[in-house]
Amino acid sequence: MAVDDGLKIELGKQGIFVTTIEELYNWGRKSSIFPMQFGLACCAIEMIATTMARYDLARFGAEIFRPSPRQADLMIISGTVTKKMAPQVVRLYNQMAEPKYVIAMGACAISGGPFKQGYNVLKGIDRYIPVDVHIPGCPPRPEALIQAFMTLQKKIEGQHLTGAGRPRHLDAEAQGEFPVPVQGEHDLEPKSNPGVWSVPVVIR
Amino acid sequence: MASSPYFSLAVLFLAALAFGLTPLGLAWLWGKLFSPAKPNAIKNAIYECGLESKGDAWMQFHSAYYLYAIIFLIFDVEAVFLLPFAVAFTGLGAAACLAMLVFVLMLVEGLAWAWAKGALTWA
Ligand code: SF4
Repeated sequence: MAVDDGLKIELGKQGIFVTTIEELYNWGRKSSIFPMQFGLACCAIEMIATTMARYDLARFGAEIFRPSPRQADLMIISGTVTKKMAPQVVRLYNQMAEPKYVIAMGACAISGGPFKQGYNVLKGIDRYIPVDVHIPGCPPRPEALIQAFMTLQKKIEGQHLTGAGRPRHLDAEAQGEFPVPVQGEHDLEPKSNPGVWSVPVVIR
Repeated sequence: MASSPYFSLAVLFLAALAFGLTPLGLAWLWGKLFSPAKPNAIKNAIYECGLESKGDAWMQFHSAYYLYAIIFLIFDVEAVFLLPFAVAFTGLGAAACLAMLVFVLMLVEGLAWAWAKGALTWA
């Protein structure tokens, strides 16, 4: 039985703390996000700056950048995803342990950014993997990345352990394998993962 | 048993063990009970920085490399001898300089010999 927030604060003042398993579980999850250690382009420099003393990502429990996807649960796509790099990114995402989250950092990761017209840059990583938080900017300032972290923490906090919208690792139906694109003759094949992104209809 | 001086240590040891193992056990149990495993070929593949792994890691290295290592080591050690020589150079007589020259030439001769033998060509 859930205790309403007002009562909880009132009890807290008296030195009695009430919680639920769900709250405790999500609190643990949101306070120990391990990002994966990889950067793709200029945005990665801002990501590095975010982890350093001045901006101090450690305050959010996310300073442990893991060099292996097996130990990470957050992927920060920090920079330009070229078509050459996209299969590697998707494969790494596949190799991460559940539950996994993705922050698309910067204009490039969201949409191709300044290179959108280029032949060799992927127009947004969300074509292949589900993205939880997008941060605009070229590059986004460290404050923006911290904002993204807080947004992600709020999202994790709000996930119920049962029912619709539960975290991926508790959901037997959630997509487990994300097809890795291969280099085709002119473009990556397939052009997108229909499970996470549908080709927008251009209205002329 | 309780009178043994180590009894309290044993109790503390067990408590420490339980302190570490209980969370691990609970996490394992939670994983078993609530989160369905979704393994697939890509996820279980060997992690190689995102690239597909190719070939076998247990390949053999050519033993020819040890010749380079030995030649390198000889000249490395030579540098150690050259240093005191260089430091004391101004105070040395002709005989000492000659002895040093012979020493260096001997090593150079060895290098020339190795070169002629083809040890410096990567096979
Ligand atoms: S968004 Fe701008 S700063 Fe970031 S990777 Fe692209 S070009 Fe570089």
